[in-house]
Amino acid sequence: MAKSSSTAARVIVVGGGLAGLSAALRISEAGTQVDLFSMVPVKRSHSVCAQGGINACNEVARQQGYSEWQHMDETLLGGDFLSHQPPVYEMTHWAPKIIDLLDRMGVPFNRTKEGFRDLRMFGGSLFKRTHFAGASTGQQLLYGLDEQVRKQEAAGKVTKYEFWEFLWPVIDSDGACKGIVAQDMRTMEIKAFRGDAVVIATGGCGMVYGKSTMSTICTGGAAARCYQAGALLGNPEMIQVHPTAMPGEDKCRLMSESARGEGGRVWVPRNKGETRHPNEIPEAERNYFLEEKYPKYKNLVPRDIATREIFFKWQEGYGIGGQPMVYLDITHLPAETKNKLHSILEIYQKFTGDDPRQVPMKIFPAVHYSMGGLYTTYTPYSPETDKISRPEARRKANEGMEFGAPNNGMTNIPGLYSFGEASYAYHGATRLGANALLSCIFDGLFCGMSVANYAKGAGFVGKPAAEQPQALYDGLVAQEKAKVQKLIDNKGTENPYTLHAELGREMTLAATVIKTEARLLEARARLAEFRARYAKIGVADTNLGHTNQTVAFTRVLGDMLIYADAIVEASIARKESRGSHYRDDFQDRDDVNFHATTQASFDAASGRAKIKYEPITLPLVGLRPRVYTND
Amino acid sequence: MLSELPPAAAATFTVKVQRQDSRDSAAYFEAFTVARAPAQNIISVLLAIAEKSTNSEGKKTTPVVWDCNCLEEVCGSCTMVINGRVRQSCSAMVADILKDPEAQNTITLQPMSKFPVVRDLWVDRSRMFENLKRLQAWVPIDGIHNLGAGPKETPDHQTERYDISRCMTCGCCLEACPQFTKDNAFVGAQAIAQAMYFNSHPTGATLKADRLDVLMAEGGVSDCGNAQNCVKVCPKEIPLTEAIAKAGRQLTVHAVKKMFEMK
Ligand SMILES: Cc1cc2nc3c(=O)[nH]c(=O)nc-3n(C[C@H](O)[C@H](O)[C@H](O)COP(=O)(O)OP(=O)(O)OC[C@H]3O[C@@H](n4cnc5c(N)ncnc54)[C@H](O)[C@@H]3O)c2cc1C
Ligand code: SF4
Ligand code: SF4
Ligand code: FES
Repeated sequence: MAKSSSTAARVIVVGGGLAGLSAALRISEAGTQVDLFSMVPVKRSHSVCAQGGINACNEVARQQGYSEWQHMDETLLGGDFLSHQPPVYEMTHWAPKIIDLLDRMGVPFNRTKEGFRDLRMFGGSLFKRTHFAGASTGQQLLYGLDEQVRKQEAAGKVTKYEFWEFLWPVIDSDGACKGIVAQDMRTMEIKAFRGDAVVIATGGCGMVYGKSTMSTICTGGAAARCYQAGALLGNPEMIQVHPTAMPGEDKCRLMSESARGEGGRVWVPRNKGETRHPNEIPEAERNYFLEEKYPKYKNLVPRDIATREIFFKWQEGYGIGGQPMVYLDITHLPAETKNKLHSILEIYQKFTGDDPRQVPMKIFPAVHYSMGGLYTTYTPYSPETDKISRPEARRKANEGMEFGAPNNGMTNIPGLYSFGEASYAYHGATRLGANALLSCIFDGLFCGMSVANYAKGAGFVGKPAAEQPQALYDGLVAQEKAKVQKLIDNKGTENPYTLHAELGREMTLAATVIKTEARLLEARARLAEFRARYAKIGVADTNLGHTNQTVAFTRVLGDMLIYADAIVEASIARKESRGSHYRDDFQDRDDVNFHATTQASFDAASGRAKIKYEPITLPLVGLRPRVYTND
Repeated sequence: MLSELPPAAAATFTVKVQRQDSRDSAAYFEAFTVARAPAQNIISVLLAIAEKSTNSEGKKTTPVVWDCNCLEEVCGSCTMVINGRVRQSCSAMVADILKDPEAQNTITLQPMSKFPVVRDLWVDRSRMFENLKRLQAWVPIDGIHNLGAGPKETPDHQTERYDISRCMTCGCCLEACPQFTKDNAFVGAQAIAQAMYFNSHPTGATLKADRLDVLMAEGGVSDCGNAQNCVKVCPKEIPLTEAIAKAGRQLTVHAVKKMFEMK
């Protein structure tokens, strides 16, 4: 159905990290009004934590034999071929333009002596193709985009709703998304907002694991709510555990891959039960186990591989003092290099009291990134429909996506899009370091055009939001109010914070570095028990007249339990090892049965995940073994 | 493994929280008894309080409300006044605070006093973001189309900019500043530094005159009494006094230029 009036189109963007901000920029610049929702002032979004950098082919690498094609190939191999190839082609080919744009926005990228943008090594590549701003690249990129969105806000093109929590997507009688229900976290007011399209750019789900490298709002709650409303999850079992983080009481703080990219080395003492101070252990008695096993990539093998090697060393009894810890050593690096890592060294010193410039850091793997997320679609590029390029400049079929096609980045629900870490696209079974920031911004800038086109009428489904009946919105506001009231009235004995800690422990033990059927089945039973206990939850703060974080936390805990179920069910179903999903009982990749996307759908009757698979085509690169030892 | 407990340390300590139920209600103190734990920061203390929701007198109470996100001192959310000193609560380690004998095994948590309280320790810092808008704290690019790279930059110039761009809008500098009050117009050190940041970018500088107009008006640079409290408390070591001095110099030139323009 074509849309009657396009002038009044409005788009809702939920999330103000890199993905949400770049989407807001693209859509508002395309002339469509944007309402931007975020649980924190957008400048404080989780993207601010990203440290190491952002990948893109560049002139120096190119002249040494690197290309966008190779960047694509690395991304596909890193992801163990679980990603669709046309979107990865498009993303890696757009990457250089994205860096240029960020540069124009004034992002303070590190510079060479001559004044060009400096580069550093990162995992999964033998070329320098990572652009960076000290060791706080995410912060710098987020600020660059935040400033541009502030400019749009001052011009009246973007309206911000900060400290508002997304609660539910509004889906009309045609099955298309026409707005959201959200809650003001300060006044607790629950309200519906009309929108002709909605973008979910709400980030990852690390809080499902209790402690991770992510921020406290990374609960996966928004994605879980869309999933309950009928959106599919793609590959929820693909959770990245980063090899190097500082274990902590409240969170695991990341020590970026850039530490290894700049020359940092991972090692354990050769002697079990070693008691000497690390600085007193001579070279010959140190085991640089990644360098020994992977002489080519050394400390920069993809993350799942480094993580497992570290994990195995600990299991074999080589952890520092027998504890789950190994050394990450940058003490040998020149002062100038250490300065480029200042931000992360500062974090380490503030939280441990030790100076990592003098003493090797103690680190261990921690949950870090969700490759999986809301399932999205796209239109592959086709030279036949390309009406813009000269015939000789046309690409081959499937080399990229069709710019502006309404379904790029759209979930299975028309009008509901998902960008950034909240979505499942691009990274397959493992994300390469410094590819996430790229995918978030790419989603916003590239797929953002699709949102704008859709909202203005291209492939639009159903009546515009402005013409939808008020009852549609009122009904969902009532539904959300009732949910909150139920939590208040429940007056149960179960403590939400305790239950969350238990959920995190269980998920970390069952569904991270090494998975087995037996342990996952145990987790399935534990989750059933947690759900039963959640039904008896009690909240210690029952006031709904003003800010009530306890109610909000308890509500999202329910959504985390639902997301956790999808992770566990998808992990049980995938009886193979691929990338970050390592099954001790099925150690090989099984392309015959599992070269396919996991699609989890929510079964409302049972409240549980149903798993099915969608085959993946290989239009650009054929399958090959994922080998990083020597090739 | 991380900051170990000294053996003689008491097993528990007292946390006094300045609470306020809503924007307009009165503030009051509530005390909690919290168990020491290794690697404990103020965030873990507040989480422990939320889990128990019981005060030192054994009475059930509501969890304390506070603002946080990254837990690694980079998002700027979790600022509060801890034993009289404004700082980020995520990087405030209990062991370090209680080492001070004057603390007497007690940690006092208060909301920042220069911003309206939303509830308990959560304050409303929208004034800081509004100031960024007034100062046009952005690089006015032509649009997001692919128009090639930005200007080249020397490493020294990059370092100078990077040092300011790590500002996380936490507000510590404003809390500590004697000139910045809840109801005056002073923009404060953070906004002045940001104006200098954008003035130093070749494209950003096209709005330099507009930014200086704001800094020349009421609430601008002349409100600064040069007490330098701001730079002492900034967790990111932003060179605030240099920025304020630079703003002063730019304003002098700007004022002269304006005089000539008026003729
Ligand atoms: C410590 C760390 C370091 C990293 N370093 C790198 C790196 O060097 N290179 C790299 O490429 N990647 C890195 N990553 C990964 C990368 O930072 C993230 O994948 C990326 O920033 C995610 O951005 P996003 O825009 O998808 O979401 P986020 O930045 O997480 O933003 C989510 C937004 O959604 C909002 N939101 C969430 N839920 C709701 C809700 N219910 N209602 C309303 N709003 C909501 C939030 O307020 C926020 O604005 C790192 C990750 C971590 C944890
Ligand atoms: S120098 Fe003093 S008066 Fe000026 S901004 Fe800093 S603290 Fe405030
Ligand atoms: S200048 Fe420093 S203290 Fe002030 S807001 Fe920025 S980071 Fe915080
Ligand atoms: S929580 Fe981000 S600065 Fe403390």
